[in-house]
Amino acid sequence: MSTSTTPAAGRTAAPGPAIRLEGLTKTFAEADGPVLADVDLAVEPGQFVALLGASGCGKSTLLNIVAGLEEPTDGTLTVPDEGAALMFQDAALFPWLTARRNVELALELRGVPRAERAGRARELLELVRLPHAEHKRPHELSGGMRQRVALARALAQEREVLLMDEPFSALDAITRDLLHEELLRIWRATGRTIVFITHNVGEAVRLGERVLLMSSRPGRIVEEWDTRPWKDPDAYGFEGNAQSLDETLGELTRTITGRLREEISRHAA
Amino acid sequence: MPPETAALPAVAGTRPGPAPTTAPAQARPAAAGDELAGLDALQTERPRRAPVGQILRTKVAPPLVALLFGLLTWQLFVALLDPRPDVVPGPFDVARQLGVLLADGTLWGALGTSLWRGISGFLIAVAVATPLGLLVAQRQGLRNAVGPLISGLQVLPSVAWVPAAIIWFGLSDATVYFVVLMGAIPSIVNGMLAGVDQIPPQLRRAGQVLGASGWTMAAKIVLPAALPGYVAGLKQGWAFSWRSLMGAELIAIGGSIGFGLGSLLEQGRTVSNMAVVMAAVLAILAVGILVELLFFNPVERRLLRGRGLLGPRS
Repeated sequence: MSTSTTPAAGRTAAPGPAIRLEGLTKTFAEADGPVLADVDLAVEPGQFVALLGASGCGKSTLLNIVAGLEEPTDGTLTVPDEGAALMFQDAALFPWLTARRNVELALELRGVPRAERAGRARELLELVRLPHAEHKRPHELSGGMRQRVALARALAQEREVLLMDEPFSALDAITRDLLHEELLRIWRATGRTIVFITHNVGEAVRLGERVLLMSSRPGRIVEEWDTRPWKDPDAYGFEGNAQSLDETLGELTRTITGRLREEISRHAA
Repeated sequence: MPPETAALPAVAGTRPGPAPTTAPAQARPAAAGDELAGLDALQTERPRRAPVGQILRTKVAPPLVALLFGLLTWQLFVALLDPRPDVVPGPFDVARQLGVLLADGTLWGALGTSLWRGISGFLIAVAVATPLGLLVAQRQGLRNAVGPLISGLQVLPSVAWVPAAIIWFGLSDATVYFVVLMGAIPSIVNGMLAGVDQIPPQLRRAGQVLGASGWTMAAKIVLPAALPGYVAGLKQGWAFSWRSLMGAELIAIGGSIGFGLGSLLEQGRTVSNMAVVMAAVLAILAVGILVELLFFNPVERRLLRGRGLLGPRS
């Protein structure tokens, strides 16, 4: 349970990357060519990586492979033995269980003794700021609340790595903004390694320490940006106030959007 | 973390209370939770319960009015055309006959016998069909093999089994039970299959990601997820049990078979007493409606409402 309280800074000593992909290739049907081709990626423990790409670029396939739901055709994949927690675009909560029971089921399937489950589930619901909703069924919760319960359930798996497949893309803009903030807070509090898939450039820039751009057909990682200098200017010797920081982030967003559009228009021919 | 706050003022402005004036940036860390809580409150519907008066007006009154209208038409038909009372008895004749049958205990006895058979036969069918349904639903090969057969059996009127049952079991209660089981089991198995088919694939995936497999997947994910379809199958299974039972009682009379509502119906026919026939039909109908209304409907509504599959009360 130490992982839930250890800040990210305390984990720098962990040996080697949390996830390592080398020459990863996935082909569903030979005629269609590979969906993923030669993907190389190393994610350090505690890192927040945003994986950006247009629809159909194979990013979900990549995530499913890392999660162990699909097998790669070729290449090597190194992930923690325990596997990874995974969150979907749809909260996929079990509709017959209350919010707390949903979290408890994850604990139960992990083998947590019955006596500890309720207390642990409550802690996790508090972490996502939903202690008042523990007895509510999923259909009584808003989309944003459901995703937070799903986040609590994913955290209940106590996996070092958390994979998120466009978890906020079905939410309205206001909710998404607040959840971005929540996710960053929880990431800092738990020190998880997060790989976050999105097709929204603003979201990728805001959340990821690293933003990776994927090309489509075949999917491969074509470019990478480090956003930390913009977000933590003191540490990187940047000068300026919040206003100019927003502007710089805006500039970065525009740059990445331009690159993404370039990638998409390559397929026009 | 200044960059994250860029889009927040719009939300802050919609909150009641002291409006954020110029620089809300300093208050952010504390306000983030508030804003989330405010959004949660705005986006959550409060449970509504229709007042009793409205339920009476919209749910209870219409069927009673329709029933009354039907009885009036019947009475009017009898009063105006004056048919032979042994061919078309009026509602009062049937009511009188019902009173007689109730008073001498015939109807109670028949009702008790039929209900006992119907319910015990149905419960046996549930005990057989539930594991069978789960097994067939989980094993694709088995499903491909027996799926069409089970669908077919559901189309076959189970009364068609009466001659075979009489040859095998004679005029005994075993015949009646056999016919009831042949009617109910395919319905319940089919309900279970439909329920399993309708499980959203992401629930299975979520279960798989959380570490469910084999037995835990079946018990913790598949069975509860399939419950609405299963209960719909139970409801239909009961209807088929009751119908099959009446059919069997109507055809197979005598021997060691007890006297049920179907037997009463047949007895009314043999003595050409239309009032008895009508009384028996009404009793059979009443049992069907009452079991549905008092048992299956509440169970089903509760189940669906708990999962948000039933709209807000109307």
